[in-house]
Amino acid sequence: MMPTELEITERQELFLSHFRQQEAQLLSSEPAWLTEQRQDAIQSFQDAEFPTTQDEDWRYTNVSPIIQTAFRYEGLGGQSSPESAEISAQAKSIGGDGPVTARLVFVNGHYSEKHSSIGSLPAGVRIGSLRTLLRAKDADGLRVYLGRTLNLRRQAFTSLNAALWQDGAFVLVPQNVALTDPVQLVYLSTAQGAPTAAHSRTLIVAERNAQVTVAETFQAGDDGICFSNAVTEIVAGENAVVDYYHSVRENNRSFHIGLVQAYAGHAAQISALAVSLSGALVRNEVRAVLDAEGADCTLNGLYLAKGVQHVDNHTTIDHAKPHGSSRQVYNGILDGHATAVFNGRVIVRPDAQKTDANQKNRNLLLSADATIDTKPQLEISANDVRCTHGATVGQMDPEALFFLRSRGLQREEAVALLIQAFAGEILDKVKPEGLRHWLEGALRTEFSNASVAGK
Amino acid sequence: MLSVKNLQVTAGDREILRGLSLEVKAGEVHAIMGPNGSGKSTLAQVLAGRDTYHVTGGSVDFMGKNLLDMKPEERAREGVFLAFQYPVEIPGVSNMYFMRASVNAVRKHRGMPELDAFDFLETAKKKMGLLQMDAAFRERAVNVGFSGGEKKRNEIFQMAMLEPKLAVLDETDSGLDIDALRIVADGVNALRSPERAVIVVTHYQRLLNYIIPDFVHVLLNGRIVRSGGKELALELDEKGYAWLESEAVPA
Ligand SMILES: Nc1ncnc2c1ncn2[C@@H]1O[C@H](COP(=O)(O)OP(=O)(O)OP(=O)(O)O)[C@@H](O)[C@H]1O
Ligand SMILES: [Mg+2]
Repeated sequence: MMPTELEITERQELFLSHFRQQEAQLLSSEPAWLTEQRQDAIQSFQDAEFPTTQDEDWRYTNVSPIIQTAFRYEGLGGQSSPESAEISAQAKSIGGDGPVTARLVFVNGHYSEKHSSIGSLPAGVRIGSLRTLLRAKDADGLRVYLGRTLNLRRQAFTSLNAALWQDGAFVLVPQNVALTDPVQLVYLSTAQGAPTAAHSRTLIVAERNAQVTVAETFQAGDDGICFSNAVTEIVAGENAVVDYYHSVRENNRSFHIGLVQAYAGHAAQISALAVSLSGALVRNEVRAVLDAEGADCTLNGLYLAKGVQHVDNHTTIDHAKPHGSSRQVYNGILDGHATAVFNGRVIVRPDAQKTDANQKNRNLLLSADATIDTKPQLEISANDVRCTHGATVGQMDPEALFFLRSRGLQREEAVALLIQAFAGEILDKVKPEGLRHWLEGALRTEFSNASVAGK
Repeated sequence: MLSVKNLQVTAGDREILRGLSLEVKAGEVHAIMGPNGSGKSTLAQVLAGRDTYHVTGGSVDFMGKNLLDMKPEERAREGVFLAFQYPVEIPGVSNMYFMRASVNAVRKHRGMPELDAFDFLETAKKKMGLLQMDAAFRERAVNVGFSGGEKKRNEIFQMAMLEPKLAVLDETDSGLDIDALRIVADGVNALRSPERAVIVVTHYQRLLNYIIPDFVHVLLNGRIVRSGGKELALELDEKGYAWLESEAVPA
């Protein structure tokens, strides 16, 4: 049923009340430029209205389950409830192990110092929670980058994040510095009885010739209803290399709306890999703007959904200048009555001659009741370009299944092996080994009981 | 070892096997020949448990058990092996990873300890050496990008690893050059023993110079219309199948 306008306003009201609850504290604790940003954002939120399936960008994703939930919000004051032993244990294991430059853990949007560790950093490298940095004397350094690439117009969730973010991570790698080990960012949600919303913000800046790997993982810490509304900004300067991972493992009742906004400078290379393992409703949006010559962008994704889960991946690559290249490979595995969306938008501006862009989306349907809506959206305004795309939807190959069984593998083992192989096309691209193993393990757990029609 | 009685098989609404009978004893090698479309692969696939075929009549007994009651994996564990006429490509699954899972599934069923990574690799290396397969095939995805002959060799490698009681080779010789044919035949002969049996499906008498059969059968129109010794293969090579047409049940 389409919500009426009045209902929408009422639903806005809940989030507006979260903002009002914070306002005084914001004004007193944050620099004026940031307060101004938040006030603009809450205004945009009010103007935007939540998207409905009438909106082209949200046609197959109905956000009613999110906006109908009466979430509580743990504001700037910090966590309102003490954390459980389980949360502490998870804080340590999520995202896998292996060497890291730093590991920052956030619980319901709040930085957890005791679970975080930051090693000694090369000169000029800044890694820490945004709030900690805001308290530091040179907070104005943040001002140059924070929120600068975001477009809030008609973007209710992004606006909400910009108005309400409690905390998040800041990673800045200065000119000519390459960090070899990844920066791990863990965002845990825990409802502890009442539906909880968290708005986290991550800002990654790689200056000229800098290199950095950042892995963000969003996970439900218990089986309560959580909503993580995350925004990640990536700025890659000239020749910079940014390797970014966005993994979502929410519970069956929780929601994740993530926006990754990336901006690539001259000859910069950005790669982003989004893995959606689980969640009632997961929307991952990646927008990359290639705004200088020779910029290169790789977007990969793997999404899994089963039961009545819904997962939506929207990508936009905006080729604004000549000689840019981009490639995308998204694989989806759907079981039960799951629904999924892939929308890959590629814009080639009139200026962007010699662009080379390709896009692939492959879907493996394990059940006849699962559905995928996949759509390439090419908007090409330059004439000397090469853009290709392809999408496939198919079942598990019965020949392959029979072959494996004829070699003694049980049906379930054979199915698991074929699922792993399909997912492996994406997971093999995950460079940090610890993260890759963690994702492979999570995949096995999620699909240990895949249905797959047949005997 | 294997007793097929009056087997009738359909696919879709098509009758393919129309009362096929075959007795195979331990230690024997049987060759099955016959024109295209006569039902040879259907027989092979039905023995391995392919569910696109429907058995509408007859029985198959394998070492005292009803083979038709078993799932494909149970048949494999009991010792039935099919070398596919068209080996399947499995992107993303490495040859060794898959083979180790397969070997250990079969060993476990036979009450043998599982092979650890090291022991498995040693055995695999040895068998690949005998089949003159390059080490690179270990890590490559199963059959992906393999040439026709390489795929066939890979099937024989799998057979060598699994040491089945009954091996059914469906046109394993087609697409092999003369050296490869020898190597594959050696691989099969190495497996021959009084406890094992082999069924080779082939169009060419050539293979039978290397793997000498005890019996040769002609499959025509879904039935075995003639059986004989190895000299029958020579006769077929010379005369083709037309002279046997009258013995087949009309379609
Ligand atoms: N799944 C199927 N559905 C319908 N018809 C089938 C199916 N599988 C096989 N057939 C038909 O059954 C007949 C026998 O096929 P089969 O593959 O057993 O022949 P074959 O003797 O192995 O031939 P070849 O020498 O060419 O390999 C053929 O006419 C084939 O088209
Ligand atoms: Mg055949």
